[in-house]
Amino acid sequence: MDGYTYSELGSILAMQGFAGFSLFSVLLLMALGLAIIFGQMGVINMAHGEFMAVGAYTTYMLSTLTETYAPSLMPYYFFVAIVAAFLIAGLLGYIAEFVLIRHLYKRPLDTLLATWGLSLIMQQSFRSIFGAREVSPALPDWLLGSYQPTDTIDIPLNGMFVLGLTTVVTLGVYYLMFRSRWGLRVRATTQNRVMSGAVGINTTKVDRYTFALGCGIAGIAGAAFTTIASTGPTTGTLYIVDTFMVVVFGGAASLLGTILSAFTIAQAQSILEFFISGSMAKVYTLLALVLILMFKPEGLFASKIRR
Amino acid sequence: MLEVSNLKVCYGQSEVIRGLNFTVPKNETLAIMGRNGMGKTTLFKSLIGILPSTEGEISVDGTDVTNKDSYLRVANGIAYVPQGRMIFPNLTVLENIETGMEVSRQKTVPEDIFALFPVLWEMRKRKGGNLSGGQQQQLAIARALVTNPKVLLLDEPTEGIQPSIIKDIAKILNEIKKLREITIIVSEQVLSFTMSIADRIIVIDKGEFVHEDMRSDVDADKIAKYLSV
Repeated sequence: MDGYTYSELGSILAMQGFAGFSLFSVLLLMALGLAIIFGQMGVINMAHGEFMAVGAYTTYMLSTLTETYAPSLMPYYFFVAIVAAFLIAGLLGYIAEFVLIRHLYKRPLDTLLATWGLSLIMQQSFRSIFGAREVSPALPDWLLGSYQPTDTIDIPLNGMFVLGLTTVVTLGVYYLMFRSRWGLRVRATTQNRVMSGAVGINTTKVDRYTFALGCGIAGIAGAAFTTIASTGPTTGTLYIVDTFMVVVFGGAASLLGTILSAFTIAQAQSILEFFISGSMAKVYTLLALVLILMFKPEGLFASKIRR
Repeated sequence: MLEVSNLKVCYGQSEVIRGLNFTVPKNETLAIMGRNGMGKTTLFKSLIGILPSTEGEISVDGTDVTNKDSYLRVANGIAYVPQGRMIFPNLTVLENIETGMEVSRQKTVPEDIFALFPVLWEMRKRKGGNLSGGQQQQLAIARALVTNPKVLLLDEPTEGIQPSIIKDIAKILNEIKKLREITIIVSEQVLSFTMSIADRIIVIDKGEFVHEDMRSDVDADKIAKYLSV
């Protein structure tokens, strides 16, 4: 680390830390959806990244449409895009559950294969529809630029926006899962599907909407993602491994665990990346994770009950 | 209240329930007794719809529920307390009870539930999985009761529970019948518990009913013989 003064190091830490926050936000949004689908339902959804790409492409399409037909609405289209990304990814998730996933609840390992196939199909569809080149939506002006608290620190506005969005979505998911009747139904069904039916819960319906919700949140992650990087057909696959890492490390079915583990992984990667190369940063993060999981196989926060 | 005619249940090729016919009127407690592997649990699972029946009809209060999903049977008035209790271990006691309130559409747990099971009120914020066996059994009964059932099925409610709690459960079941005027069907191996709650006793053996008695003229020795191996 020679060559850097202390104040420079401080600035680097602050900026990389904030870049970590952006990564953290996207990872957390992805992981929230996956925590519901994998952590609660036990479905290993390899196509989760593609649902994120659906959200990203939805945003791109809306931006193009707005630019062509109603340029005056450009500052506002992004909010519509977030909702549309949620709805479209959620709708596709609903269909995927109906066609594919619901036949596999008793064979969780097979969901890995089936959803991997689904992910390949979706990637090829993206390629056919949008082309192999990466695309980015035209962002509204208020998302560009940065905030400079000191001369050497630059904090991008889009990162702050994504962080805010993530906070709102996280709170929403918390309320839905742990404070509402709907969440109670989901948690009961995922703990014991047969018994939930026998106390009067329509488990088929619960499963379908739970899966759709998880995919919808991935769609929001996609919309957020477009503010940070450009979208290509294989964008989703870049994030799926990290997302599974977050969910497993955090302890499936624990919201707090998911948040903390997304934070740890994103920050570790982002800060290490500045000093060593990106792939080495990943190697060290993974190694640390493996070590921790060896001692705590159930993840950071597993709920404590008698066995 | 509950009418079952010619009910047959198979696991693959082997027929486990072989054409059972029985009717249980309102306000009666029926005990189905039998050794392990004679089909008690299979019968209960097919009544609540966890296992499909291959033949026969089941109706509650005149409504046919034979091919309905479990949750619709619950909506039609069957409630089920499974063997091994099967409460939701990661939900709190209160949440466990609330899972049963989907069909009755109540907002809060009715007070008479906590009057019947005061221990559940004390434990309401604990995780269900951290309760003792007897408390879990009470929780499973409470969860079934909030569905406002017409027919309450209990599969071996005394299994693995200490004698003093068994007495409590018998008292609670008698109270429930008096308060709610419902049909109770219980499967059992313990004759003393059965004698303290049942109005009628049926012995099941290899998927068929082999003996039936009203409590008043029960021949304890004969039933004991059926239950011994």
